[in-house]
Amino acid sequence: MIKIEDIYKTYKMGLTEVHALNGVSIEVEEKEFVAIAGPSGSGKSTLMNIIGCLDTPTSGKYFLDGKDVSRLKEDELSEIRNKKIGFIFQGFNLLPKLTALENVELPLIYLGIRGKERHRLAMEALEGVGLGDRIRHKPSELSGGQQQRVAIARALSTKPAIILADEPTGSLDSKTGAEIMKMLKDLNQSGKTIILITHDTGIASQAARMINIYDGKVLKESGVA
Amino acid sequence: MQWLQALRMAIKSISGNKMRSSLTMLGIIIGVSAVIIMASLVQGTTRQITERLQSMGTNMINVNIIGRGSTRTVTDADLFQFQQNNSAIIEAVAPVLNGNVTIKFGNRNISTNIEGTNEAYETVRNTKVQEGRFINALDVERRQKVVLIGSYIANELFGGLSPIGQEIKLNGDLFTVAGVLEVKSNSSAQSTDDKVIIPYTTAKRLLRNAAIRNFYIQAKTPDKVDDAMTVLQEFLYRIFNSNDAYRVFNQADMLDSINETTRTMTMMLGGIAGISLLVGGIGIMNIMLVSVTERTREIGIRKAIGAKRKSILGQFLIEAIVVSCMGGILGIIAGIAASSLIGKAMQIQAETSALIITISFGFSVLVGVFFGWYPANKASKLNAIEALRVE
Repeated sequence: MIKIEDIYKTYKMGLTEVHALNGVSIEVEEKEFVAIAGPSGSGKSTLMNIIGCLDTPTSGKYFLDGKDVSRLKEDELSEIRNKKIGFIFQGFNLLPKLTALENVELPLIYLGIRGKERHRLAMEALEGVGLGDRIRHKPSELSGGQQQRVAIARALSTKPAIILADEPTGSLDSKTGAEIMKMLKDLNQSGKTIILITHDTGIASQAARMINIYDGKVLKESGVA
Repeated sequence: MQWLQALRMAIKSISGNKMRSSLTMLGIIIGVSAVIIMASLVQGTTRQITERLQSMGTNMINVNIIGRGSTRTVTDADLFQFQQNNSAIIEAVAPVLNGNVTIKFGNRNISTNIEGTNEAYETVRNTKVQEGRFINALDVERRQKVVLIGSYIANELFGGLSPIGQEIKLNGDLFTVAGVLEVKSNSSAQSTDDKVIIPYTTAKRLLRNAAIRNFYIQAKTPDKVDDAMTVLQEFLYRIFNSNDAYRVFNQADMLDSINETTRTMTMMLGGIAGISLLVGGIGIMNIMLVSVTERTREIGIRKAIGAKRKSILGQFLIEAIVVSCMGGILGIIAGIAASSLIGKAMQIQAETSALIITISFGFSVLVGVFFGWYPANKASKLNAIEALRVE
């Protein structure tokens, strides 16, 4: 499903060049639960941005569903993010002025789904994460765990195949963090491909496979591909 | 993304920031209402002047004979012949003999202006009687000693009594009052209501003056005024063999020059009002730029979950347009209200045309598009990763 071949990413910071990724190759099969782990500065965020189609590599190839997406334009990447990838962020990244329902509807709006159908899909996603009774609440009126569940519902609303979770438990206490992890495992059981990015090996070890990144390279892989 | 959805988003974000939005709108409101106030008052004034001119008679041409360089004058026979020859163009001709006269009724004396004319004067000069009758062709033919008195004279001599049928003395000759003229100005001394009218045939004797120095011509229709001018010039030139012996005053030309002046005024005032609209537009751009910076993270989130450039561009552009449209609508309401108030204070019937409303509203939308474009474009070009990093 995801096939990354020898990817490099170089940033220019002033006069010096920073090599964030130095020849990374990864494959992720459909319905896998993979954790990408590494300390800060290891290049895992850059890798996540590229996997999430938020950024393109300086060189190398990235095949998503057999299609090379490493050279696509900004708007084409937007469309792929919209249809194929659901994002879960550490800081939830909900729009504070919108209600839970409106936040979940947002990706559907950009997908071009209208009125009633959009409402139905968003409700379905919110009920799926157990927040069917909180749809009119704004993010500030919800707890951290509930906010992250709204974010999960938003990620699921367009029914993408891949869920990309960037430190999803980072801003939560261990109990709610565990609930969110349970939810991700359940999603994996129901057939979603989950890619989890974290610096916490304890969290990462809960995935079926762990890929360790260090200095922009794959340090080791554990678990069965 | 559908327009309706973008519109809802825009209204949400505007109403989420009421103070700022209304201050931004204020620039547009002032600009649009200024345009409307200026245009309404200028239009109202023009209308008033036009009406006043037309109340002097429509399609009218006035000829003053100065007599310089010629010993000849125009006779009533000349005028009659002129009208007969050009009956397709000319509706009526009214000669006017001017003079001063002393009126005596009982023991009261008044000095006033006198005009000797014919029955055509009624339509040519748009002068009607409020009581009694106008002089007719028979009065003119038979040199009847009948007189029409202005409202000032009627008030002075007769007070509240009806003057019709009363006999008054003009320079010692006895005349019968046939009618009272309608009020043209304010019934005061020295105004157009301070005069009397008698048949010109009678006036010739009374004033001991046979020369017609002044006459009015009415063209059949407004578009025949130019033709009438042509035949009139030919007629006069044939008599005097000179262009200096007479002066022709054309009401249509006068109207044209007034319209020309007011058009220039409208343009100038409109330009000034337009500048204030422009300043309002810059205000919108300024606030939109601040708003884009403030909402960088929001833009990042929207992009991450699949918003394309044009969706972001549309969102911010529509926000700017909604602000300017609302400002435009409020400005129109404020403008109409203010112009009718100012009009009342200045005694001008302010006239707000649909055209000016459409133009000023269209202009405010344009301002929104023009000044909203740059910030919206800036927002749409933000990099999603960098935008997400902003706190």
